[in-house]
Amino acid sequence: MGVASTVSTGSKPVKEVSTVVIRFAGDSGDGMQLTGTQFTNESALAGNDIATFPDFPAEIRAPAGTLAGVSGFQLNFSSERIFTPGDQPDVLVVMNPAALAVNLEDLVDGGSLIVDTDAFTKSNLRKAGYDGDPLEDTSLNQRVRVFPIPVTKLTQQALADLNLPNKTVVRCKNFFALGLCSWLYHRPIDSTLDWIRQKFGKSEALVEANTRAFQTGWNYGETTEIFASSYQVRAAEIEPGTYTNMTGNKALAFGLMAAAAKADTQLFYGSYPITPASDILHELSDHKNFGVTTFQAEDEIAAVGAALGASFAGSVGVTGTSGPGVSLKGETLGLAVMVELPLVCVNIQRGGPSTGLPTKTEQSDLLQALYGRHGECPMAVIAASSPTDCFDAAFEAVRVAVKYMTPVMLLSDGYLANGSKPWNIPNYADLPEIPAKYWTNDVGFHPYLRDEDTLSRPWVVPGTPGLEHRIGGLEKDYDSGNISYLPTNHEKMTRVRAAKISGIADELDAPEIAGADSGDALIVGWGSTYGSIAAATTQLLDEGKKVGHLHLRWLNPLPNGLDEIFARYRHIIVPELNFGQLVRVLRDRYLVDAVPVSQVRGQPFKVQQLAARISTILEGSK
Amino acid sequence: MSQSAEAVKLTRKDFVSDQDVRWCPGCGDYAILAQVQKVMPELGIPREKIVFVSGIGCSSRFPYYMNTYGFHTIHGRAPAIAAGLKMARPDLSVWIVTGDGDGLSIGGNHLIHALRRNLDVNILLFNNEIYGLTKGQYSPTSRMGQVTKSSPQGVIDAPFDAAALALGAGATFVSRTVDVAQKHLQNVLHRAAAHRGTSFVEILQNCPIFNDGAFNDVTEGDGAVQHQLMLEHGQPMVFGPEEARKAIVMGPSMRPEVVAADSVDPAQILVHDETNDAISFFLCSLRWRGVTGGPGAFPVPMGVLRGVDEPVYDDLVVKEAEDLVSKRGAGDFDKLFASGDTWVVN
Repeated sequence: MGVASTVSTGSKPVKEVSTVVIRFAGDSGDGMQLTGTQFTNESALAGNDIATFPDFPAEIRAPAGTLAGVSGFQLNFSSERIFTPGDQPDVLVVMNPAALAVNLEDLVDGGSLIVDTDAFTKSNLRKAGYDGDPLEDTSLNQRVRVFPIPVTKLTQQALADLNLPNKTVVRCKNFFALGLCSWLYHRPIDSTLDWIRQKFGKSEALVEANTRAFQTGWNYGETTEIFASSYQVRAAEIEPGTYTNMTGNKALAFGLMAAAAKADTQLFYGSYPITPASDILHELSDHKNFGVTTFQAEDEIAAVGAALGASFAGSVGVTGTSGPGVSLKGETLGLAVMVELPLVCVNIQRGGPSTGLPTKTEQSDLLQALYGRHGECPMAVIAASSPTDCFDAAFEAVRVAVKYMTPVMLLSDGYLANGSKPWNIPNYADLPEIPAKYWTNDVGFHPYLRDEDTLSRPWVVPGTPGLEHRIGGLEKDYDSGNISYLPTNHEKMTRVRAAKISGIADELDAPEIAGADSGDALIVGWGSTYGSIAAATTQLLDEGKKVGHLHLRWLNPLPNGLDEIFARYRHIIVPELNFGQLVRVLRDRYLVDAVPVSQVRGQPFKVQQLAARISTILEGSK
Repeated sequence: MSQSAEAVKLTRKDFVSDQDVRWCPGCGDYAILAQVQKVMPELGIPREKIVFVSGIGCSSRFPYYMNTYGFHTIHGRAPAIAAGLKMARPDLSVWIVTGDGDGLSIGGNHLIHALRRNLDVNILLFNNEIYGLTKGQYSPTSRMGQVTKSSPQGVIDAPFDAAALALGAGATFVSRTVDVAQKHLQNVLHRAAAHRGTSFVEILQNCPIFNDGAFNDVTEGDGAVQHQLMLEHGQPMVFGPEEARKAIVMGPSMRPEVVAADSVDPAQILVHDETNDAISFFLCSLRWRGVTGGPGAFPVPMGVLRGVDEPVYDDLVVKEAEDLVSKRGAGDFDKLFASGDTWVVN
């Protein structure tokens, strides 16, 4: 946290800083996600640029106080443009020893550690694997600034006269922490007080308890000697507009809805609960007044099957899942390729294989998306690059699915799904129309009659008189649409299906390059690594390196012109949260000596580490 | 399922597609196809509003031979695909054609969930107790001890009873008929079409190549007379040849018993009631088929075992959306996008 200047307002001096990364960490039951979300809203209202990253355990409620039960929420807020939730927290708020044990390593040297000392009981210390009290460790105090605060006791004292059960009182301690941090960073607090009134409106006592805990925390910062100063983070220069804080999954749901409406058809979402995709189902299931039908199917296969059936009936069929679900849907995706119906399959990737790291992020399903089916089975694949881009990517996926009568795989991941960014809310009227026309012309009709430009076949919905026809998984004759086992016809149809997908490239925008448009290295990314790569590129440019950043939106087809772009750089470097999947595709397609930068830890790239690894590659070649 | 019957004058020929039928000579599927093509024009539903959806297997070629809309999908998944189709377009008349392997093995999960949801579709399950298209492996309805290509020493898997499974899954319409019983098959198809909700029709079907005569004991000639209990709502359960009529009565401990019809007080003879769950489950408990093949101790109940009105899934889907529109109004995207906390940057 770079200190820019010191100004003095109120009772204590106020230091101005440009960028702060704060992480709230505690037990799953401590309300850290809620605390982080509210602090994010306050920061958004303060006009900062923000990016968030929640990090929660796979267990719903692991035993209290254990390492497995630690839940965290990280926020980066800044007066400048930021791309990621930040590598390392400047401020770490921990509500118990386990949270300290899990998170301390990440806290920057010289950072602030705010601790609820009441939670540092012998029993909790033991559960966190500590022999003694780590707060008494002198090396800790040398490395970071420790603010030991009896949060629980102070909350209990403040709420003593409310005659609430102690369990209820202790649950309010996260609002003490929120109040304290709100004071520390001059956050506008009205939205939080409003939120408390709405959330706990049914119980006056709970409204009072949480409000008072919040104010007690705020006052504690203002009045006690423990904090010598507070901090100011000015509003960032952000494109004018009305903003809301948007998570990736919610943005994705909105994008699907808007696209279906712009195509003047219904949205059908078939899904089976799976982390981290379920929030899309939750979101869509509450918007059935928008022409949305949701179907919680008996399994992943039924979810995609029902979506495909709905597409046959004229809806935009969408199924959403994570990697294991995509494995199960593979056969139906092949059917969708064969019968050429519009379908979107959303994969919110997570750490794999198998159950893997269900709540953590990874980009290891790219090759599955591209190739993970039997037969010659071309799949259009698009990847979202930020939480808010999930809206645009979903919209684009539907547009292409409908235009080309094809399934489209839409890749997101746990990091985008649960992370958030401010969303400049579009006017619905300004969103492009999606021309989706059902075919009704019976002259010369057969179900595989092709559009000369797009090679797509007609979308004829049951109920259309005179165009009764049969489709299915068996190979069809190019000229009649009837079943055909002819060898030459199969080859022709296979080529046409492939050409239809590769032809999408002709309408894609030329890839944009940030930074140097020739020189040392082109850093090629896709999906959720956008923020990390953008920030690392900026840093490398500042260091005088001639690097450019190209982020791929469509992974199949790849945009035209990549070969010419690649030729302008000495290195092609491909950072991915996998063991090198896009890099194989690029090597295969362009015979280019692309170099992978791989990481599979269930976490996004840290900007500093990424920049350092790229630098090493550049230096190694000198 | 029912349709608002427009006066459409169609004939059997209108439902015959231009595709060559490619089942083996003598296959029971021909007889079923003929009856379905005969019944369709009698339903008064415009041809374009009818959709046949199938999975994989011999029976699943069915849609290609019907001059309606059709979707030949993948193994076992027809009920799932039909669910989306029907939810998106509740006005369509949807017919799922499946078999004992497709519907009860690889697609068992979809079948039971379609039945419990009570989607307004018709499921025709052609049961030939064998895998035909893959050339002769045992199926989930094959009899124990049956020698097939994949069970040279005899099947050791206990078989499903398709109707009992459907009933257990909560099917609101459960029926059984035979490929060669033309009139009976037609009547059952009419009843299935008229039922609102999922109509389950088990059709005992002969595979002349891999399991020839599997049901002859109960479907052919004297066997049919001796072993078929023709169910009629409100009528006593009597069967057998005129000279030796038999009746079903409830014995001690609710055990079914077969007695000579003239040997008991007529009031003791069970009367069929399609709407009475106790009767439907009782009928499904009649061991009409030996676990190892051949006729069982009881006649085979033919016709409608259960027919009740329950809430229909696609109605509920439509109602839920309509209710939400009345409550909140038709969706307004600009309001939705700005429904969270917002702030303005100038």
